[in-house]
Amino acid sequence: MKGKVLQISAMALILALLCTAAAAQSVAGGGQKDRLRISTTTSLYDTGLLEEVEKIFENIYNVDVHIISAGTGIAIQYGVRGDVDLILVHDVVRERNLIEEGHGLSRSCFAYNYFIIVGPEDDPAGIKGMGAAEAMKTIMEQGIESPGLVRFVSRGDDSGTHAREKLLWKAAGLDYEELRGRWYVDAGKGMGPTLVMANEVAGYTLCDTSTFEAFRGDLALVPLIEEDEALLNVYAAIPVSPSVHPAVNCAMAVKFVNFLVSEEGQGLIAEYGTDTIGKPLFKAARGDCDLIGCFGDECAMPLAEDSCSLAAA
Amino acid sequence: MDEIGAGFVRAMELILTLDPAIVEITVRSLIIAVASTAIATTIAVPAGGLLHFHNFWGKRAIINLIQTLYSLPTVTVGLLVFLLLSRSGPLGGLGLLFTPGGMVVGQTILIVPIMTGLTIAALSGITDQVRDSAISLGASKRQAIFTIMVEARAAMMAAVLLGFGRALSEVGVAMMIGGNIQGYTRVLTTAIALETSRGDIEFSMALGIILVSISLIVNLLVNRVQGRWWT
Repeated sequence: MKGKVLQISAMALILALLCTAAAAQSVAGGGQKDRLRISTTTSLYDTGLLEEVEKIFENIYNVDVHIISAGTGIAIQYGVRGDVDLILVHDVVRERNLIEEGHGLSRSCFAYNYFIIVGPEDDPAGIKGMGAAEAMKTIMEQGIESPGLVRFVSRGDDSGTHAREKLLWKAAGLDYEELRGRWYVDAGKGMGPTLVMANEVAGYTLCDTSTFEAFRGDLALVPLIEEDEALLNVYAAIPVSPSVHPAVNCAMAVKFVNFLVSEEGQGLIAEYGTDTIGKPLFKAARGDCDLIGCFGDECAMPLAEDSCSLAAA
Repeated sequence: MDEIGAGFVRAMELILTLDPAIVEITVRSLIIAVASTAIATTIAVPAGGLLHFHNFWGKRAIINLIQTLYSLPTVTVGLLVFLLLSRSGPLGGLGLLFTPGGMVVGQTILIVPIMTGLTIAALSGITDQVRDSAISLGASKRQAIFTIMVEARAAMMAAVLLGFGRALSEVGVAMMIGGNIQGYTRVLTTAIALETSRGDIEFSMALGIILVSISLIVNLLVNRVQGRWWT
Protein backbone atom coordinates (compact mmCIF):
# COMPACT_ATOMS: atom_id res chain seq x y z
CA MET A 1 0.00 0.00 0.00
CA LYS A 2 2.86 2.33 0.89
CA GLY A 3 4.39 1.86 -2.54
CA LYS A 4 1.17 2.88 -4.20
CA VAL A 5 0.88 6.01 -2.06
CA LEU A 6 4.42 6.96 -2.96
CA GLN A 7 3.75 6.34 -6.62
CA ILE A 8 0.67 8.50 -6.61
CA SER A 9 2.37 11.29 -4.67
CA ALA A 10 5.28 11.24 -7.08
CA MET A 11 2.94 11.48 -10.03
CA ALA A 12 1.06 14.35 -8.44
CA LEU A 13 4.32 16.13 -7.73
CA ILE A 14 5.54 15.75 -11.31
CA LEU A 15 2.21 17.00 -12.62
CA ALA A 16 2.34 20.00 -10.31
CA LEU A 17 5.90 20.81 -11.37
CA LEU A 18 5.01 20.52 -15.04
CA CYS A 19 2.10 22.89 -14.59
CA THR A 20 4.17 25.41 -12.65
CA ALA A 21 6.78 25.25 -15.39
CA ALA A 22 4.11 25.78 -18.03
CA ALA A 23 2.74 28.76 -16.13
CA ALA A 24 6.22 30.21 -15.72
CA GLN A 25 6.86 29.60 -19.42
CA SER A 26 3.80 31.57 -20.40
CA VAL A 27 4.96 34.43 -18.18
CA ALA A 28 8.42 34.42 -19.70
CA GLY A 29 6.98 34.05 -23.20
CA GLY A 30 5.02 37.26 -22.69
CA GLY A 31 8.14 39.08 -21.60
CA GLN A 32 10.22 38.40 -24.68
CA LYS A 33 8.11 40.36 -27.11
CA ASP A 34 7.62 44.08 -26.74
CA ARG A 35 4.51 44.61 -24.67
CA LEU A 36 2.06 47.52 -24.71
CA ARG A 37 -0.40 47.71 -21.85
CA ILE A 38 -3.53 49.75 -22.33
CA SER A 39 -6.19 50.43 -19.74
CA THR A 40 -9.49 51.44 -21.18
CA THR A 41 -13.08 52.16 -20.36
CA THR A 42 -15.58 49.34 -20.68
CA SER A 43 -17.72 51.17 -23.24
CA LEU A 44 -14.81 51.28 -25.66
CA TYR A 45 -13.76 47.68 -25.13
CA ASP A 46 -17.14 45.98 -24.89
CA THR A 47 -18.04 47.08 -28.43
CA GLY A 48 -15.09 45.09 -29.82
CA LEU A 49 -13.56 48.12 -31.56
CA LEU A 50 -10.30 47.91 -29.66
CA GLU A 51 -9.87 44.20 -30.38
CA GLU A 52 -10.03 45.02 -34.07
CA VAL A 53 -7.49 47.84 -33.75
CA GLU A 54 -5.32 45.56 -31.59
CA LYS A 55 -5.12 42.87 -34.28
CA ILE A 56 -4.02 45.27 -37.00
CA PHE A 57 -1.58 47.11 -34.75
CA GLU A 58 0.02 43.89 -33.48
CA ASN A 59 0.66 42.79 -37.06
CA ILE A 60 2.32 46.04 -38.06
CA TYR A 61 4.60 46.44 -35.04
CA ASN A 62 5.11 42.82 -33.87
CA VAL A 63 4.09 43.72 -30.32
CA ASP A 64 1.79 42.15 -27.73
CA VAL A 65 -1.01 44.57 -27.00
CA HIS A 66 -2.59 43.82 -23.61
CA ILE A 67 -5.87 45.57 -23.03
CA ILE A 68 -7.27 45.89 -19.52
CA SER A 69 -10.86 47.01 -19.59
CA ALA A 70 -12.22 48.77 -16.51
CA GLY A 71 -14.22 51.83 -15.56
CA THR A 72 -12.63 55.20 -16.34
CA GLY A 73 -11.86 55.75 -12.65
CA ILE A 74 -9.71 52.66 -12.21
CA ALA A 75 -8.33 52.86 -15.76
CA ILE A 76 -6.86 56.27 -14.85
CA GLN A 77 -5.58 54.90 -11.53
CA TYR A 78 -3.63 52.22 -13.40
CA GLY A 79 -1.92 55.00 -15.33
CA VAL A 80 -1.17 57.07 -12.23
CA ARG A 81 0.45 54.02 -10.62
CA GLY A 82 2.51 53.25 -13.72
CA ASP A 83 0.85 49.89 -14.30
CA VAL A 84 -0.10 50.63 -17.90
CA ASP A 85 1.54 52.49 -20.79
CA LEU A 86 -1.52 54.09 -22.35
CA ILE A 87 -4.98 55.14 -21.19
CA LEU A 88 -8.04 55.35 -23.43
CA VAL A 89 -10.90 57.00 -21.55
CA HIS A 90 -13.70 59.56 -21.78
CA ASP A 91 -13.62 62.08 -18.96
CA VAL A 92 -12.08 65.35 -20.12
CA VAL A 93 -11.78 66.88 -16.63
CA ARG A 94 -9.85 63.98 -15.13
CA GLU A 95 -7.81 63.58 -18.33
CA ARG A 96 -6.56 67.17 -18.19
CA ASN A 97 -5.82 66.82 -14.47
CA LEU A 98 -3.72 63.78 -15.27
CA ILE A 99 -1.57 65.80 -17.66
CA GLU A 100 -1.29 68.74 -15.26
CA GLU A 101 -0.11 66.41 -12.52
CA GLY A 102 2.58 65.09 -14.85
CA HIS A 103 1.23 61.53 -15.10
CA GLY A 104 -0.05 61.92 -18.64
CA LEU A 105 2.09 62.85 -21.62
CA SER A 106 -0.58 64.38 -23.85
CA ARG A 107 -4.27 64.11 -24.69
CA SER A 108 -5.31 63.08 -28.19
CA CYS A 109 -9.01 62.92 -29.03
CA PHE A 110 -9.60 60.08 -31.46
CA ALA A 111 -13.31 59.26 -31.46
CA TYR A 112 -16.64 60.51 -30.19
CA ASN A 113 -20.31 59.73 -30.01
CA TYR A 114 -23.16 60.87 -27.80
CA PHE A 115 -24.51 59.74 -24.50
CA ILE A 116 -28.22 59.12 -24.56
CA ILE A 117 -30.85 59.23 -21.88
CA VAL A 118 -32.88 56.04 -22.17
CA GLY A 119 -36.08 55.10 -20.41
CA PRO A 120 -39.28 53.10 -20.66
CA GLU A 121 -41.19 53.53 -23.90
CA ASP A 122 -44.24 55.09 -22.21
CA ASP A 123 -41.94 57.77 -20.72
CA PRO A 124 -43.74 58.26 -17.36
CA ALA A 125 -41.83 61.48 -16.59
CA GLY A 126 -42.57 62.92 -20.04
CA ILE A 127 -39.02 63.98 -20.90
CA LYS A 128 -39.04 63.28 -24.63
CA GLY A 129 -38.02 66.34 -26.63
CA MET A 130 -36.45 68.18 -23.71
CA GLY A 131 -32.84 69.29 -23.39
CA ALA A 132 -30.63 66.97 -21.35
CA ALA A 133 -30.40 69.13 -18.21
CA GLU A 134 -34.11 69.91 -18.22
CA ALA A 135 -34.86 66.20 -18.65
CA MET A 136 -32.73 65.29 -15.63
CA LYS A 137 -34.49 67.90 -13.50
CA THR A 138 -37.88 66.61 -14.61
CA ILE A 139 -36.93 63.02 -13.80
CA MET A 140 -35.99 64.14 -10.29
CA GLU A 141 -39.17 66.14 -9.73
CA GLN A 142 -41.41 63.41 -11.05
CA GLY A 143 -39.38 60.83 -9.17
CA ILE A 144 -39.91 62.57 -5.84
CA GLU A 145 -43.60 62.97 -6.62
CA SER A 146 -44.24 59.36 -7.66
CA PRO A 147 -41.26 57.25 -6.68
CA GLY A 148 -42.89 53.98 -7.67
CA LEU A 149 -43.35 55.18 -11.23
CA VAL A 150 -40.33 57.28 -12.13
CA ARG A 151 -36.83 56.12 -11.28
CA PHE A 152 -33.31 56.98 -12.29
CA VAL A 153 -30.63 54.29 -12.21
CA SER A 154 -27.13 55.66 -11.77
CA ARG A 155 -23.88 53.86 -12.60
CA GLY A 156 -22.55 55.06 -9.27
CA ASP A 157 -19.10 53.60 -10.03
CA ASP A 158 -16.97 56.67 -10.69
CA SER A 159 -16.84 55.81 -14.39
CA GLY A 160 -16.74 58.36 -17.20
CA THR A 161 -20.48 57.95 -17.67
CA HIS A 162 -21.04 58.50 -13.96
CA ALA A 163 -18.90 61.66 -14.11
CA ARG A 164 -21.07 62.92 -16.96
CA GLU A 165 -24.21 62.19 -14.98
CA LYS A 166 -22.89 64.39 -12.17
CA LEU A 167 -22.17 67.16 -14.68
CA LEU A 168 -25.73 66.92 -15.97
CA TRP A 169 -27.20 67.23 -12.47
CA LYS A 170 -24.98 70.25 -11.98
CA ALA A 171 -26.15 71.75 -15.28
CA ALA A 172 -29.71 71.25 -14.05
CA GLY A 173 -28.84 73.31 -10.97
CA LEU A 174 -28.91 70.33 -8.61
CA ASP A 175 -26.36 69.03 -6.14
CA TYR A 176 -25.45 65.43 -6.89
CA GLU A 177 -24.66 64.74 -3.23
CA GLU A 178 -28.21 65.70 -2.29
CA LEU A 179 -29.89 63.19 -4.58
CA ARG A 180 -31.58 60.73 -2.29
CA GLY A 181 -34.76 58.79 -2.19
CA ARG A 182 -36.42 55.76 -3.57
CA TRP A 183 -36.48 57.22 -7.09
CA TYR A 184 -32.67 57.39 -7.27
CA VAL A 185 -31.06 53.96 -7.63
CA ASP A 186 -27.29 53.87 -7.17
CA ALA A 187 -26.36 50.68 -9.03
CA GLY A 188 -22.58 50.68 -8.56
CA LYS A 189 -22.22 48.55 -11.70
CA GLY A 190 -20.85 48.65 -15.23
CA MET A 191 -22.92 49.97 -18.11
CA GLY A 192 -24.37 46.64 -19.22
CA PRO A 193 -25.62 45.55 -15.78
CA THR A 194 -26.90 49.09 -15.14
CA LEU A 195 -28.97 48.94 -18.33
CA VAL A 196 -30.36 45.58 -17.33
CA MET A 197 -31.28 46.98 -13.92
CA ALA A 198 -32.93 50.08 -15.42
CA ASN A 199 -34.87 47.73 -17.66
CA GLU A 200 -36.05 45.64 -14.72
CA VAL A 201 -37.26 48.61 -12.66
CA ALA A 202 -38.54 50.49 -15.77
CA GLY A 203 -36.28 53.41 -14.93
CA TYR A 204 -34.29 56.04 -16.79
CA THR A 205 -30.53 55.97 -17.13
CA LEU A 206 -27.67 57.69 -18.89
CA CYS A 207 -25.89 55.43 -21.37
CA ASP A 208 -23.30 55.53 -24.09
CA THR A 209 -24.68 54.72 -27.53
CA SER A 210 -22.36 51.80 -28.19
CA THR A 211 -23.29 49.80 -25.10
CA PHE A 212 -26.96 50.57 -25.64
CA GLU A 213 -26.79 49.21 -29.20
CA ALA A 214 -25.13 46.03 -27.94
CA PHE A 215 -27.94 45.46 -25.43
CA ARG A 216 -30.85 46.91 -27.36
CA GLY A 217 -32.29 43.55 -28.38
CA ASP A 218 -32.73 42.44 -24.78
CA LEU A 219 -34.20 45.69 -23.47
CA ALA A 220 -37.60 47.35 -23.43
CA LEU A 221 -35.88 50.72 -22.97
CA VAL A 222 -35.77 53.29 -25.78
CA PRO A 223 -33.53 56.34 -26.33
CA LEU A 224 -35.48 59.45 -25.32
CA ILE A 225 -32.86 62.19 -25.54
CA GLU A 226 -30.13 62.02 -28.17
CA GLU A 227 -27.45 64.21 -29.71
CA ASP A 228 -27.77 67.02 -27.19
CA GLU A 229 -24.56 69.01 -27.01
CA ALA A 230 -24.38 68.37 -23.26
CA LEU A 231 -24.27 64.65 -24.05
CA LEU A 232 -21.16 64.73 -26.22
CA ASN A 233 -18.91 61.77 -25.39
CA VAL A 234 -15.28 62.21 -26.47
CA TYR A 235 -12.71 59.41 -26.24
CA ALA A 236 -9.10 60.42 -25.82
CA ALA A 237 -5.75 58.61 -25.66
CA ILE A 238 -3.18 59.57 -23.02
CA PRO A 239 0.26 57.91 -22.95
CA VAL A 240 1.61 57.61 -19.40
CA SER A 241 4.54 59.97 -19.03
CA PRO A 242 7.98 58.39 -18.56
CA SER A 243 8.94 61.36 -16.37
CA VAL A 244 7.12 59.78 -13.38
CA HIS A 245 7.34 56.11 -14.34
CA PRO A 246 10.52 55.45 -16.35
CA ALA A 247 9.58 51.81 -16.91
CA VAL A 248 6.55 52.50 -19.13
CA ASN A 249 6.66 51.63 -22.81
CA CYS A 250 6.07 55.19 -23.94
CA ALA A 251 7.50 54.79 -27.45
CA MET A 252 4.98 52.04 -28.28
CA ALA A 253 2.16 54.02 -26.65
CA VAL A 254 2.94 56.95 -28.95
CA LYS A 255 2.92 54.59 -31.95
CA PHE A 256 -0.51 53.31 -30.89
CA VAL A 257 -1.89 56.85 -30.56
CA ASN A 258 -0.46 57.73 -33.95
CA PHE A 259 -2.14 54.67 -35.43
CA LEU A 260 -5.49 55.65 -33.90
CA VAL A 261 -5.31 59.14 -35.42
CA SER A 262 -3.87 57.98 -38.75
CA GLU A 263 -6.03 57.90 -41.86
CA GLU A 264 -6.38 54.12 -41.48
CA GLY A 265 -7.23 54.30 -37.76
CA GLN A 266 -9.76 57.10 -38.16
CA GLY A 267 -11.37 55.28 -41.09
CA LEU A 268 -11.64 52.11 -39.02
CA ILE A 269 -13.31 54.00 -36.16
CA ALA A 270 -15.77 55.77 -38.45
CA GLU A 271 -16.90 52.49 -40.00
CA TYR A 272 -16.86 50.19 -37.00
CA GLY A 273 -20.23 48.62 -36.33
CA THR A 274 -21.58 48.97 -39.87
CA ASP A 275 -21.25 45.21 -40.53
CA THR A 276 -22.65 44.01 -37.24
CA ILE A 277 -25.22 46.57 -36.12
CA GLY A 278 -25.91 48.29 -39.41
CA LYS A 279 -24.65 51.69 -38.36
CA PRO A 280 -21.36 53.09 -37.08
CA LEU A 281 -20.96 53.19 -33.29
CA PHE A 282 -18.37 55.97 -33.21
CA LYS A 283 -17.45 59.04 -35.21
CA ALA A 284 -13.84 59.85 -36.08
CA ALA A 285 -12.49 62.86 -34.20
CA ARG A 286 -10.46 64.27 -37.06
CA GLY A 287 -12.34 67.04 -38.83
CA ASP A 288 -14.79 67.57 -35.96
CA CYS A 289 -12.31 68.87 -33.39
CA ASP A 290 -14.04 72.24 -32.94
CA LEU A 291 -17.40 70.58 -32.42
CA ILE A 292 -16.06 68.22 -29.75
CA GLY A 293 -13.90 70.79 -27.98
CA CYS A 294 -10.48 69.32 -28.74
CA PHE A 295 -8.29 72.23 -29.66
CA GLY A 296 -4.66 72.54 -30.73
CA ASP A 297 -2.54 69.57 -29.72
CA GLU A 298 -5.57 67.61 -28.58
CA CYS A 299 -7.04 67.40 -32.06
CA ALA A 300 -6.38 63.89 -33.40
CA MET A 301 -2.89 64.78 -34.62
CA PRO A 302 0.10 62.41 -34.63
CA LEU A 303 2.50 62.89 -31.71
CA ALA A 304 6.14 63.66 -32.39
CA GLU A 305 8.43 60.61 -32.27
CA ASP A 306 10.64 62.26 -29.67
CA SER A 307 7.83 63.28 -27.27
CA CYS A 308 8.80 60.43 -24.93
CA SER A 309 12.48 61.26 -24.68
CA LEU A 310 11.62 64.95 -24.22
CA ALA A 311 9.28 64.12 -21.34
CA ALA A 312 11.78 61.74 -19.74
CA ALA A 313 14.57 64.33 -19.83
CA MET B 1 -37.52 30.74 -19.86
CA ASP B 2 -36.99 30.70 -23.63
CA GLU B 3 -33.86 32.74 -23.19
CA ILE B 4 -32.38 30.24 -20.77
CA GLY B 5 -33.31 27.28 -23.00
CA ALA B 6 -31.93 28.86 -26.16
CA GLY B 7 -28.81 29.97 -24.30
CA PHE B 8 -28.31 26.45 -23.02
CA VAL B 9 -28.63 24.89 -26.47
CA ARG B 10 -26.20 27.36 -28.01
CA ALA B 11 -23.83 26.90 -25.09
CA MET B 12 -23.81 23.12 -25.57
CA GLU B 13 -23.11 23.64 -29.27
CA LEU B 14 -20.11 25.81 -28.45
CA ILE B 15 -18.79 23.22 -26.02
CA LEU B 16 -19.38 20.13 -28.17
CA THR B 17 -17.79 21.70 -31.26
CA LEU B 18 -14.76 22.57 -29.09
CA ASP B 19 -14.95 26.27 -29.91
CA PRO B 20 -11.27 27.38 -29.95
CA ALA B 21 -11.88 30.46 -27.78
CA ILE B 22 -13.60 28.36 -25.14
CA VAL B 23 -10.95 25.63 -25.17
CA GLU B 24 -8.19 28.21 -24.83
CA ILE B 25 -9.82 29.95 -21.87
CA THR B 26 -10.58 26.64 -20.14
CA VAL B 27 -7.03 25.34 -20.52
CA ARG B 28 -5.57 28.60 -19.21
CA SER B 29 -7.91 28.52 -16.19
CA LEU B 30 -6.87 24.97 -15.38
CA ILE B 31 -3.14 25.67 -15.69
CA ILE B 32 -3.30 28.73 -13.45
CA ALA B 33 -5.49 27.05 -10.84
CA VAL B 34 -3.33 23.89 -10.79
CA ALA B 35 -0.15 25.96 -10.42
CA SER B 36 -1.68 27.94 -7.55
CA THR B 37 -2.90 24.77 -5.86
CA ALA B 38 0.49 23.06 -6.24
CA ILE B 39 2.33 25.97 -4.64
CA ALA B 40 -0.33 26.39 -1.96
CA THR B 41 -0.09 22.66 -1.12
CA THR B 42 3.63 22.89 -0.48
CA ILE B 43 2.90 25.73 1.94
CA ALA B 44 -0.36 24.61 3.53
CA VAL B 45 0.38 20.95 4.26
CA PRO B 46 3.63 21.54 6.21
CA ALA B 47 2.10 24.59 7.89
CA GLY B 48 -0.97 22.59 8.91
CA GLY B 49 1.26 19.78 10.19
CA LEU B 50 3.40 22.16 12.24
CA LEU B 51 0.33 23.76 13.77
CA HIS B 52 -1.25 20.43 14.58
CA PHE B 53 1.72 18.58 16.03
CA HIS B 54 3.22 21.39 18.06
CA ASN B 55 1.73 23.06 21.07
CA PHE B 56 2.69 26.63 21.73
CA TRP B 57 1.25 29.79 23.19
CA GLY B 58 -1.17 31.51 20.82
CA LYS B 59 -1.84 28.40 18.74
CA ARG B 60 -5.61 28.67 19.18
CA ALA B 61 -5.49 32.34 18.09
CA ILE B 62 -3.59 31.45 14.91
CA ILE B 63 -6.08 28.70 14.07
CA ASN B 64 -8.93 31.15 14.66
CA LEU B 65 -7.26 33.66 12.36
CA ILE B 66 -6.79 31.03 9.65
CA GLN B 67 -10.42 30.03 9.92
CA THR B 68 -11.48 33.66 9.67
CA LEU B 69 -9.46 33.99 6.47
CA TYR B 70 -11.58 31.24 4.87
CA SER B 71 -14.21 33.84 4.18
CA LEU B 72 -11.83 36.50 2.95
CA PRO B 73 -13.55 38.09 -0.06
CA THR B 74 -11.57 37.39 -3.21
CA VAL B 75 -11.63 41.05 -4.23
CA THR B 76 -9.98 41.97 -0.93
CA VAL B 77 -7.12 39.57 -1.65
CA GLY B 78 -7.10 40.96 -5.18
CA LEU B 79 -6.78 44.51 -3.92
CA LEU B 80 -4.04 43.60 -1.47
CA VAL B 81 -1.98 41.73 -4.05
CA PHE B 82 -2.64 44.51 -6.56
CA LEU B 83 -1.16 47.08 -4.17
CA LEU B 84 1.86 44.79 -3.63
CA LEU B 85 2.52 44.07 -7.31
CA SER B 86 1.67 47.48 -8.76
CA ARG B 87 4.62 49.45 -10.15
CA SER B 88 4.13 51.89 -7.31
CA GLY B 89 3.99 49.05 -4.76
CA PRO B 90 6.80 47.28 -2.89
CA LEU B 91 7.07 44.39 -5.40
CA GLY B 92 6.43 46.51 -8.51
CA GLY B 93 9.89 45.80 -9.88
CA LEU B 94 8.98 42.15 -10.51
CA GLY B 95 6.58 43.22 -13.25
CA LEU B 96 4.06 40.58 -12.18
CA LEU B 97 0.92 42.72 -12.36
CA PHE B 98 -1.36 41.77 -15.27
CA THR B 99 0.49 38.47 -15.87
CA PRO B 100 -0.51 34.82 -15.24
CA GLY B 101 2.36 34.63 -12.73
CA GLY B 102 0.78 37.41 -10.71
CA MET B 103 -2.54 35.56 -10.75
CA VAL B 104 -0.84 32.45 -9.38
CA VAL B 105 0.62 34.54 -6.55
CA GLY B 106 -2.81 36.01 -5.74
CA GLN B 107 -4.68 32.71 -5.89
CA THR B 108 -2.04 31.01 -3.76
CA ILE B 109 -2.49 33.64 -1.05
CA LEU B 110 -6.24 33.21 -1.37
CA ILE B 111 -6.31 29.43 -0.88
CA VAL B 112 -3.46 28.83 1.58
CA PRO B 113 -5.63 29.61 4.65
CA ILE B 114 -8.45 27.24 3.73
CA MET B 115 -6.02 24.49 2.78
CA THR B 116 -4.04 24.93 6.00
CA GLY B 117 -7.21 24.91 8.06
CA LEU B 118 -8.54 21.81 6.36
CA THR B 119 -5.18 20.07 6.79
CA ILE B 120 -5.38 20.72 10.53
CA ALA B 121 -8.94 19.43 10.56
CA ALA B 122 -7.84 16.35 8.62
CA LEU B 123 -5.06 15.59 11.10
CA SER B 124 -7.37 16.25 14.06
CA GLY B 125 -9.76 13.70 12.61
CA ILE B 126 -7.27 10.94 13.29
CA THR B 127 -7.90 9.76 16.82
CA ASP B 128 -5.25 9.73 19.48
CA GLN B 129 -5.59 5.97 19.48
CA VAL B 130 -3.72 5.79 16.18
CA ARG B 131 -0.82 7.73 17.65
CA ASP B 132 -0.90 5.81 20.89
CA SER B 133 -0.93 2.44 19.20
CA ALA B 134 1.86 3.51 16.83
CA ILE B 135 3.98 4.55 19.77
CA SER B 136 3.09 1.42 21.74
CA LEU B 137 4.23 -0.60 18.75
CA GLY B 138 7.61 1.04 19.12
CA ALA B 139 7.31 3.96 16.66
CA SER B 140 9.45 7.05 17.22
CA LYS B 141 7.70 10.42 17.34
CA ARG B 142 8.61 11.05 13.68
CA GLN B 143 7.25 7.66 12.66
CA ALA B 144 4.04 8.38 14.59
CA ILE B 145 3.60 11.67 12.75
CA PHE B 146 4.14 9.88 9.45
CA THR B 147 1.55 7.26 10.37
CA ILE B 148 -1.01 9.92 11.23
CA MET B 149 -0.36 11.80 7.98
CA VAL B 150 -0.79 8.60 5.98
CA GLU B 151 -4.02 7.88 7.85
CA ALA B 152 -5.24 11.43 7.12
CA ARG B 153 -4.33 11.36 3.43
CA ALA B 154 -7.89 11.19 2.15
CA ALA B 155 -9.03 14.22 4.11
CA MET B 156 -5.87 16.10 3.13
CA MET B 157 -6.47 15.29 -0.52
CA ALA B 158 -9.95 16.72 -0.09
CA ALA B 159 -8.36 19.92 1.29
CA VAL B 160 -6.19 20.18 -1.82
CA LEU B 161 -9.13 19.64 -4.16
CA LEU B 162 -11.23 22.22 -2.32
CA GLY B 163 -8.38 24.71 -2.63
CA PHE B 164 -8.27 23.97 -6.34
CA GLY B 165 -12.01 24.51 -6.61
CA ARG B 166 -11.77 27.87 -4.89
CA ALA B 167 -8.85 28.96 -7.10
CA LEU B 168 -10.69 27.95 -10.25
CA SER B 169 -13.97 29.65 -9.41
CA GLU B 170 -12.78 32.89 -7.87
CA VAL B 171 -13.10 36.09 -9.87
CA GLY B 172 -11.69 38.87 -7.65
CA VAL B 173 -8.00 38.02 -7.89
CA ALA B 174 -8.20 36.96 -11.53
CA MET B 175 -9.82 40.25 -12.49
CA MET B 176 -7.67 42.61 -10.42
CA ILE B 177 -4.30 40.92 -10.87
CA GLY B 178 -4.77 39.35 -14.29
CA GLY B 179 -6.70 42.23 -15.81
CA ASN B 180 -8.72 39.86 -18.04
CA ILE B 181 -6.36 40.35 -20.99
CA GLN B 182 -7.48 38.42 -24.05
CA GLY B 183 -5.20 35.51 -24.92
CA TYR B 184 -3.03 36.11 -21.84
CA THR B 185 -4.83 36.34 -18.52
CA ARG B 186 -8.45 35.76 -19.50
CA VAL B 187 -9.85 32.81 -17.54
CA LEU B 188 -13.30 31.26 -17.21
CA THR B 189 -14.59 33.54 -14.45
CA THR B 190 -13.33 36.82 -15.88
CA ALA B 191 -14.55 35.85 -19.34
CA ILE B 192 -18.00 35.19 -17.88
CA ALA B 193 -17.99 38.63 -16.25
CA LEU B 194 -16.91 40.28 -19.50
CA GLU B 195 -19.28 38.48 -21.84
CA THR B 196 -22.18 39.09 -19.49
CA SER B 197 -21.45 42.81 -19.46
CA ARG B 198 -21.18 42.66 -23.24
CA GLY B 199 -24.53 40.97 -23.53
CA ASP B 200 -23.23 37.70 -25.04
CA ILE B 201 -25.41 35.45 -22.91
CA GLU B 202 -24.77 32.17 -24.78
CA PHE B 203 -21.01 32.43 -24.53
CA SER B 204 -21.29 33.27 -20.82
CA MET B 205 -23.56 30.30 -20.27
CA ALA B 206 -21.20 27.97 -22.12
CA LEU B 207 -18.32 29.09 -19.90
CA GLY B 208 -20.54 28.77 -16.84
CA ILE B 209 -21.50 25.22 -17.78
CA ILE B 210 -17.82 24.29 -18.17
CA LEU B 211 -16.99 25.81 -14.80
CA VAL B 212 -19.83 23.97 -13.10
CA SER B 213 -18.82 20.71 -14.82
CA ILE B 214 -15.24 21.01 -13.62
CA SER B 215 -16.48 21.80 -10.10
CA LEU B 216 -18.72 18.75 -10.30
CA ILE B 217 -15.80 16.54 -11.28
CA VAL B 218 -13.71 17.98 -8.46
CA ASN B 219 -16.54 17.34 -6.00
CA LEU B 220 -16.93 13.78 -7.20
CA LEU B 221 -13.21 13.32 -6.68
CA VAL B 222 -13.49 14.76 -3.18
CA ASN B 223 -16.27 12.32 -2.36
CA ARG B 224 -14.39 9.46 -3.90
CA VAL B 225 -11.26 10.35 -1.99
CA GLN B 226 -13.15 10.68 1.27
CA GLY B 227 -14.75 7.34 0.63
CA ARG B 228 -12.51 4.51 -0.39
CA TRP B 229 -9.73 5.49 -2.69
CA TRP B 230 -6.73 3.50 -1.67
CA THR B 231 -8.34 0.51 -0.02
